[in-house]
This record gives sequence, C-alpha cells and structure tokens, in this order.
Amino acid sequence: MVDPAVNAANPSGGEDPSRRDFIHIAAISAAAVGGAAVAWPFIAQMNPSADTMALASVEYDLTKIEPGMQVTINWRGKPLFIRYRTQAQIDAAVKDDGASLPDPQTDAERHKEGKAQWLVLVGSCTHLGCVPTVGGGDYQGWFCPCHGSHYDTSGRIRKGPAPTNLVVPEYAFLSDTKVKIG
Amino acid sequence: MLRKVTLLAAALVLVAGPAFAASEAKKPADIAFSYEGPFGTYDQAQLQRGYKVYREVCAACHSMNLLAFRNLADRGGPFYDSKYKNANDNPYAKAIAADTQINDLDSETGDAIQRPGTPADRFPNPYPNVIAAKAGNGGIAPPDLSVMAKARSGGPEYIAALLAGYTDPPAGVTLSPGLNYNPYFPGGLIGMAPPLAPDQVTFDDGTKSTVKQQATDVAAFLMWAAEPKLEERKQMGAAVLVFLVLFSGLLYASYRRVWRNESH
Amino acid sequence: MSGHSTYQPKNAFSRWMDARLPVGRLVWDSFVDYPTPRNLNYWYTFGGILSLCLGVQIITGIVLAMHYTPSAAGAFNSVEHIMRNVNYGWLIRYMHANGASMFFIAVYLHMFRGLYYGSYKAPREVLWILGCVIYLLMMATAFMGYVLPWGQMSFHGAVVITNLLGAFPIVGETITTLLWGGFAVDEPTLKRFFSLHYLLPFVIAGVVVLHVWALHVVGQNNPTGVDPKSKADTLPFTPYATVKDGFAMSVFLILFATFVFFMPNALGHADNYIPADPLVTPAHIVPEWYFLPFYAILRAVPDKLMGVLAMFGAIGCLFALPWLDTSKVKSMRYRPQAQLYFVIFVAICWILGVAGGKLPDDHVIPHLTTFNFIDADLNSYVWLSRIATLYYFAYFLVVMPVLGLTEKPRPVPETISSPVLGDSDKKD
Repeated sequence: MVDPAVNAANPSGGEDPSRRDFIHIAAISAAAVGGAAVAWPFIAQMNPSADTMALASVEYDLTKIEPGMQVTINWRGKPLFIRYRTQAQIDAAVKDDGASLPDPQTDAERHKEGKAQWLVLVGSCTHLGCVPTVGGGDYQGWFCPCHGSHYDTSGRIRKGPAPTNLVVPEYAFLSDTKVKIG
Repeated sequence: MLRKVTLLAAALVLVAGPAFAASEAKKPADIAFSYEGPFGTYDQAQLQRGYKVYREVCAACHSMNLLAFRNLADRGGPFYDSKYKNANDNPYAKAIAADTQINDLDSETGDAIQRPGTPADRFPNPYPNVIAAKAGNGGIAPPDLSVMAKARSGGPEYIAALLAGYTDPPAGVTLSPGLNYNPYFPGGLIGMAPPLAPDQVTFDDGTKSTVKQQATDVAAFLMWAAEPKLEERKQMGAAVLVFLVLFSGLLYASYRRVWRNESH
Repeated sequence: MSGHSTYQPKNAFSRWMDARLPVGRLVWDSFVDYPTPRNLNYWYTFGGILSLCLGVQIITGIVLAMHYTPSAAGAFNSVEHIMRNVNYGWLIRYMHANGASMFFIAVYLHMFRGLYYGSYKAPREVLWILGCVIYLLMMATAFMGYVLPWGQMSFHGAVVITNLLGAFPIVGETITTLLWGGFAVDEPTLKRFFSLHYLLPFVIAGVVVLHVWALHVVGQNNPTGVDPKSKADTLPFTPYATVKDGFAMSVFLILFATFVFFMPNALGHADNYIPADPLVTPAHIVPEWYFLPFYAILRAVPDKLMGVLAMFGAIGCLFALPWLDTSKVKSMRYRPQAQLYFVIFVAICWILGVAGGKLPDDHVIPHLTTFNFIDADLNSYVWLSRIATLYYFAYFLVVMPVLGLTEKPRPVPETISSPVLGDSDKKD
C-alpha cells in the first residue's frame, strides 16, 4: 500500500531503494507483530478462568453406591457416571473382549487394576454429546436416546452412530472407598 | 502559541498539585514497600508474615470474601512455589485450607455440615451474615478486606499508619463507649479497638514482632490481596513500553522518509 | 468522495466487485487517494487516535461483557472476578477503564484544535455539530459505564446525576422515576444502564461514519484556514497522512500503556473499590475527571434548576458556535487577539476542572480567610468556579460575536503553499 504512492510522489528518490523499503517493511512488520501480541489476551480470556480450573477435580466417596447402581455427578459441567458393576455385568463385558468391536478395547483397559467393579465414565455420548440412559439398549450397558447408540456394560460402543467408546476420564483411587476424578 | 498553552498548563499543574493535599486527618508516613516502582515485586517473606497477622488478628472480625486459599499459592503470592504451577496442588495452600472448617451441605442428606477446606474454598467469613456482623460490632459491620488497600486513599501506607497510630484523644475530645481515637482516621473517632500489640503474632522467620512491623506486613499483604496481578502487570508493561518506543521510532523513520521531499 | 475517483480495479475480481458493490473504490477514495492539506500539524492526528480509542473501548467492552454480571448483588464481585480469575482479565479491564480517560484526553485536544483553527466555520458546521453529538454520546456512555462496577462512587454518582434531571419543573420527577425504574437507583437502573452502555458505542460508531463522511465532503481544514486551491496544496492521504497518524497513535499508546500498566488506578477513585451501599454516601462525591469542568459549572450556580441549565448550556454553546463566531478569518493563527482569549479559555477550562474536584468551600489559597461575599468566602472554590463560569459563557456569547467584528486580523495567505514556503509563522 505504501510503496506505489511513495514512488509516484518521488519518481527519482535518488537513494538506495532497498533501504527505504526496509524501514517501511520493518514498521509494517512491527505493527503486525504488535497486533498479534495484542490479540492473544483477547483470545486467552475465553479459556476457563482460574476459579473454574480450581474446581476441575472432584472427590467422591464410593460407599454411597450400592452394587449394580450408578451415580451421576457433575464434573466440569458434564455428567460423570460412577457404576458399581455386579459380577454378571463384568463377566458379560469380559466375554465380549474378543467380539468385533467398532472401537476395540478390552474391559481390563477400561477400569483400574483390581477394581473391576468400578467403572468411571464421562456421561456424554461420543456421537453428539447427549446423556445415555443406564441399563438400556441391546447390551444392557447404556443407551443413548438421541440417535440410538448402544453401549455394553464396559461402556464400549456396540451399535449405532457413535464412533468411539464412552470416555474414561483421568482418575485415581485415593483409598479403597474414595476416588478423585481429574 | 502551543508552547504558551503548554507552559500555562504546566504552571497550573504545579500550582494546583499541592492544593490537592488538603487534610483533616493526619497524613500517613511514606513506607518504601518492595512492590513500588516500575519493577517492584512483592516481598514473599513479608506477605507470609502479613498473612499470619491477618489470620491471627484481622480474620476474627473481618471477612476477605474475594480470596480463595489457592490464591495464596498463585504467582506473586505468599506461598507461591514454582514447583507447583497449579496453585491447587501447593502443599501450603492445601494445609492452610485443611486447617479451616468450611460450612457446606452434605451432598446426600442436605444437612448443614462442616468439612475441612480445600484450596478452591474462599476464606471463611467470621460472621454468618451482615446483620450478625453489625450486631457484634456496635452497629457497624467490619468492612471486607479483599480490596481494602485500593479502597482507601493513601492505600497500604494509610492502613499501616492507622493500625499502628492509635493515641490518647487530644484534650477536649471525649470518647463515647465503643469508640477509639486514631488521628489517621478521618474524623479521628474509630470503632475498631487497637488490634495489634507487641509480640501478639510470632513470626516464623524470627522477625521481631513490633506493632509497626505487624502493621507494615499486614498492609503489604492487603496490597497483594487487592492487586494480586501487580507483578505480572509491571513485567508485561515493561515489555509493552519497550516495544512501543521501538515501534514509534520505526514509524518516525518511516514518516521522515515518506515526507522527506515534501515541504510542510 | 470529493472530486473525480482515480480508483482503478487491478484484477478481474475487483472489477467484478466494483460493478456491484464498490467498497474498494470507497476505501481508495477515502483513505488512499483522498487529498489532505500538506500543512496539517500533529494536532490534526487526534481524529485517527480517536478512532483507535473507540475501537479499543468496543473490543475490550465486548470482552468484559462476556464475564460481567449486571446485577446489584453480582456486579462488584464479577468485576473483581474479571480482575482475579479471568485470563488477562485485569489487563482488559484496566484498558477499558483507562481507555475512557484516554478517549476524553484525545477528544478534548481534538475539540480545542477545532476551536483554535476555526474548523467549525462554514462550510463545516454540520461536521462540527456531528462532532458535538459524538461528544454528548461519549459523555452518556462514560457515565453509564462508570455505574457498572457498582462501587460507592458508581452508585452515588448515578444518584446525583439522575437527580439533576429532577430539577426540571413538572416533568422532572417523572423522568427520574422512569430512569430509575423504582424509587431510587437500584437493580433496574443498573440493568438498563448496562444495556444502554453496550448499545451507545455502536451509535457513536454510526455518527462517526457520518462525521467522516461530512469531513470528506467539505475537505479537511488546516492551520491556515485557507481551503486548498490546487494540487500543490494537497498530498494523498496514503502514505502521507497514514504514516503521520500512525506515528502519532503509537506515541499516544505509550501514554495509554503507562497508565494501564504502571498507574492503573491513578485516574479512578478509591471509593469505587467499596461495594455500593445505598445507606452511606462517601464524604466527597466527585465525577470522573473529564466531567469536572461541567460539575464545577453546576455547583457555581446556587439555584438547582439554573445550575442544571447552566451545565447543559455550557455544552449547548458548542452546538451554536458556528453561528456565534462572526470572524471572517477561520484560523486564529492570523487573529492575535483571539489567540489571547483562546489561551485564557483553555486555562479557564482547566481551572473549572480543578475547582470541580474540590469541596466548594475549600480555600483556593490555603489558610487565608478573606471576607464573605453573598454566601461564601471570596477565597473559595465556589467563587473561583463562578468567575471561571462567567468567562466560559462570555467566551462563547460575547467574545466570539464581538471580536469578529472589532478585531483587525493579520493578512491571510492566498494559498496554503505560499506561507508554507518561507513564512516564519509556520511553526506554532
């Protein structure tokens, strides 16, 4: 934008044109760098704020859950399923480890070692984010009512449009009865 | 013409400036806090001492609603440790929080319970509500201290002077019950009784615990509480100014080149 | 927009577009090829700086609104949430708060520039009045924005200013009740102020477009006040004016950044960090610095209604200025007497600003009691305000009309280029 007019006004500048260009290019580049640096805080402000981050992990006391039952708690604004599986449900999941699965995973990969009865899952259907209902569907795991995805008792996708298994969040057992998610 | 206007303006600033210092209350003495100046940072040991004064003395009556325990471990804060980028993991913040009982509801039964605090919890309020705070303090609720250092003209210097500045009332001033005399307080009559005494707080770093020391340290702590991003702000400001000065220089060179053959 | 367009579309797409929606031509004619007088000095860069200020306020404001809660219970804490928890929230909020002050610094310099060089005189009356409209809108926006943090100054400032309108006979009370949406400034007031504070900047942006349009129809004034006569008097906007405006903006940003990063609360008031309490008024209510001259005029008049009228009249004078000034010569560069009155006027505005920040009965010269004149000691800010107010109105209503008829201006050059080349007066 700058150069044509400069040259038009001073057809014979009589100076080294590269040096003249350099100053204008440097000024325009500095403006671009400055603009980009200013843009960052305005984008970063959309990220979770410090108080939101402080609440990003929750602890839960497992003694409140009966075998075969599931609790749903709010974690980072999304539902989190904690299911106390019966032996029959675990067996059903392990039996299907070898079946043809859309997103192959063994049941053992989906729970903590030695804690097969506890399944902790993010309660969002991997299709478009609806909340699946517990105990429904062809595999007695979860069934998503929005678009008909069936999950088995390990939370693996078996039938329907969802592409992947229900997500297992990062979590740890603080003791035998207490779990910390996030 | 412009020079005349500018000179006149400058002269007016000089004349008008001192006139602003109209005073009825005693002027607080200046304190050379470490965070002052364009590159100033908080003195972490001082903040830790100040926090102890707040927790052992001020917190008995004053709330600090805007602060959470995790803030103590934020960058620039009293217990910041660069090993714990996430303030929630800082062991000091966790331990201090766990020392406190927080009112909550049992998530199963809905009963009111008390549980140990976590870094995400706010500092507890000494009174359950404003009415109780007023009732407990002769009709005036002790103000929240979260932004106190910015909410009083004179700032931390005023706070330090006030806390250490209680005197006997001058002749002719009689104190009604519940009032105390402090020459730094506008009007002189203040509800708050002298809160500090020598050795009232034992500093862990061995600093001698005089009233003046306690007052200065808690004032610095309150300044940090009111302006926790001060260090980040000044550091970014230095970078921005360096950039802008260089950028202006470049633009000026560019301007001179564009205009070099044009009279104006 | 004035004269023949020299825009030549460079490629097939711009030719296609030019035949359908010639935005490229508009930009080219307005900001590239547009002829600007070659003798514009740095006082003429504040137009560009003001667009920058408006842009900064709108962008930071939109971001703040993403995190702000417009409720009496939540407003104060949500502002502190922005300061403490939101990523870079402190930066954005301090930019917005200090940006308002920077905006007013620039607009006052821009207006004084216009006053000095006669930029309001024919054919630029509409341009000037649009500028005054922008100024009024800015004041309304700034006032409502200051209410939003819901601190003590926010609240009681809103109480005082809305009560001003109650001074009008018959309709006054109806208007204040309507503004408040209740019996006092409260939750409904805050919510409507938030809504309007979000709306008005876009109205300002619209009037700015008209302002720039009017500018480009009549062309820029210049320090000589003589309209360009030939190509020799002008230079294309780009690169000449763009690079000069750019440099001035960058220098202005240095001032802006100094406030934001190193003294962010210097222009604010400590009391606004105390949450609003309808039951306690701060000892000393003052508006933001940019309203202080008008606040001084308000308090200079002992009668409530007359005070309000004087305050609005002070702004009204600006609107009438194009018809109050009778001088045949535009620029004060050639009006030595007018220069003197102008300098006094600038000083008077400053004095009004200082007086507006004081208690009316405070002594101007400390510890000196003279004698009571009517209702106050002569050595008091209220009397200083009264003298200054008198001059303020006399400047518009007496000096401007009379001086133009009586003064003997210095000779005005034929063209812009003639004094430029060799006149010793060029640096003023």
